[in-house]
Amino acid sequence: MRKDDIMIVAGLAFLILCVQNIDCTSDKSMQEGTPWNYDYTRYHPVSEISDWMERVVTENPELVSSSVYGETFEGRNITYLKIGLGSEGVQKKAIWMDCGIHAREWIAPAFCQWFVKEILLHYKTDKKLNEMLKNMNLYVTPVLNVDGYMYSWINESTRLWRKSRSTPPEGCTCHGVDLNRNFNANWGTVGVSRDCCHNTYCGSGPVSEKEAQAVTQFVGSRVDQILCFLTIHSAGQLLLLPYGHPHISAPNYDELMAVGQAAAKAMKAVHGMDYRVGTSPDILYPNSGSSRDWARLMGIPFSYTFELRDKGEFGHLLPEEQIQPACEEAFEGALFIITYVHDKAFYNRTEIGAASVARAFWATVLGSCLATMYLL
Amino acid sequence: MSRPLCALWVFMVLLGDRLASPYRPETEPLDPEPHEANSIVELEVPPELDGTMSDGELVPHHYPAQRAAKVVQHYLNTRHGSPYRWIELHRVNKASLEDLGQAGKKYYLEISLKEVISNTDLGQCSAEVLFSGEQDQGAPQVQCPCEGLQKLNTTAEEEALFQRLNSSATPLSGSNIPDSYGHIAPEMKPLWHLGAAAASFVMLKESNESTLYNMAQVANITQLETENGQLRFKYHVLLHDMISQEILHWKLLVSWSPAGGVSVLQTEGQPKPAESTPEDTAPTSAS
Repeated sequence: MRKDDIMIVAGLAFLILCVQNIDCTSDKSMQEGTPWNYDYTRYHPVSEISDWMERVVTENPELVSSSVYGETFEGRNITYLKIGLGSEGVQKKAIWMDCGIHAREWIAPAFCQWFVKEILLHYKTDKKLNEMLKNMNLYVTPVLNVDGYMYSWINESTRLWRKSRSTPPEGCTCHGVDLNRNFNANWGTVGVSRDCCHNTYCGSGPVSEKEAQAVTQFVGSRVDQILCFLTIHSAGQLLLLPYGHPHISAPNYDELMAVGQAAAKAMKAVHGMDYRVGTSPDILYPNSGSSRDWARLMGIPFSYTFELRDKGEFGHLLPEEQIQPACEEAFEGALFIITYVHDKAFYNRTEIGAASVARAFWATVLGSCLATMYLL
Repeated sequence: MSRPLCALWVFMVLLGDRLASPYRPETEPLDPEPHEANSIVELEVPPELDGTMSDGELVPHHYPAQRAAKVVQHYLNTRHGSPYRWIELHRVNKASLEDLGQAGKKYYLEISLKEVISNTDLGQCSAEVLFSGEQDQGAPQVQCPCEGLQKLNTTAEEEALFQRLNSSATPLSGSNIPDSYGHIAPEMKPLWHLGAAAASFVMLKESNESTLYNMAQVANITQLETENGQLRFKYHVLLHDMISQEILHWKLLVSWSPAGGVSVLQTEGQPKPAESTPEDTAPTSAS
């Protein structure tokens, strides 16, 4: 066995891997496109997130644009980042992701920012990601409940606010509606309170809240385009499928479960964290009026609620030291689902393993070549 | 390339293929009948009607077993929790339910537990949780002989903390633990764990089949005069009930010593404090 042969094989494998899924050069020089000096491992207030969004668009015009698609109760913009490659005017398929529908779930907006950063870092070198961005747009809303999120930043006593900040209805004295009980999906039937002072108050009527209206209007007018609806929450380490009502099942329940469980497996592979998968009435509690349910009822075939870390030790007050690992595992889960949904739409490929075949294969090639080099 | 290397390469590729084989999860039967509920209640499918398991058996990762297992966690922390010991439910492995009619519902659980501070795997434990059948539900009754707990030894740290706080000139105080960013000053961590152990008494007492409690935060802690060889503290804790999503405020009078463990001498449920705009008072415990 000649040394040159080994070097050629090893070098070739290494080169192929660099072009494929494994990022060989994740040093600072590859961080083109991500705003410098932005710390993705800290929580940021709305003003910083807005600035960051502007910079992401300015520095990546070929990939990212932004748009205001609604207004909060207090008159603030609700903005998404639209991420995709290729020409406008083409009706592209799309993925929807929103974060921070519940004010106190700070890890959720942190994840949306992390997610965008990962896309920016890898879309040029990751062939699969590049392909998906050519075929689909990603609509990412880093903070949906802007009023509530800002309120939770006022001081320690407001930190655990959950709802919107709309004014009290007639005959009641407390602010805010639980936006994730306000959508037109079996609204007001189960898992809600009619008391405006409660944290699961579903509002005076379905889609009474401007924030819910914004999502309803935007997503509702693009139902045929949107392949997947992901809504990001904390905490509990769960992946929830439709529906929140215990007596209704989605027609593609089996597939939703299979994909969800595979995504949870991918998440666990990162840092060993368990994420339970199932409908809300099975694994958590029944609920109605959730955005996830509404999206599925509208015909969007894949709709999931991500409940990120943790399982109760810190709850919503997740330490900043955990932002990175929480986001790393959530990213794998989200990417798995997005990849599956893409491959199903564009290649009619529904084998669960398909999404990870490429990675496994090239990991094998590397393994064998490294073993070769070591043994000789 | 030589033949053994070819064989190795082929073997590795085949191995890779196996790793990438389709994942076949367990699925549950679809409910084919859509049904309009017309009341705004906790319309939960009672565990015994969750028709996928036979005869009392529960799906471990579904909510009934999970809620019962959390109660076991609270129970264990009332008995074993300390400034340097915090027990957390890791997983529910097996669960079943016995309906005792008037006497209530009894959950049988096989759970794995972890001591979080030392990151010790406490292994598998069996537990029983009895939720009372009466209207005015008392605290759930829990039994959980858990051998893994024997391996925990935190005496040295506890003694050191006790001495430090007992002989300190200024009584300790603190607030917002963790803070908004999830940070806890290192010297406050033991007091945070102590607060969680004390809160476990309340969480245990307040638990039923429709609650899932965790301590969200120590809003405030003030050290009081040592009495009878026990350090004493006034705690204001915030509990989070996952089911109602409410934050419940409780004031606790807590005593602790390494030998005596944690005791809660007084508890007082608090109404929700007013915001800057007028608010109704919230219920003091989850319904």
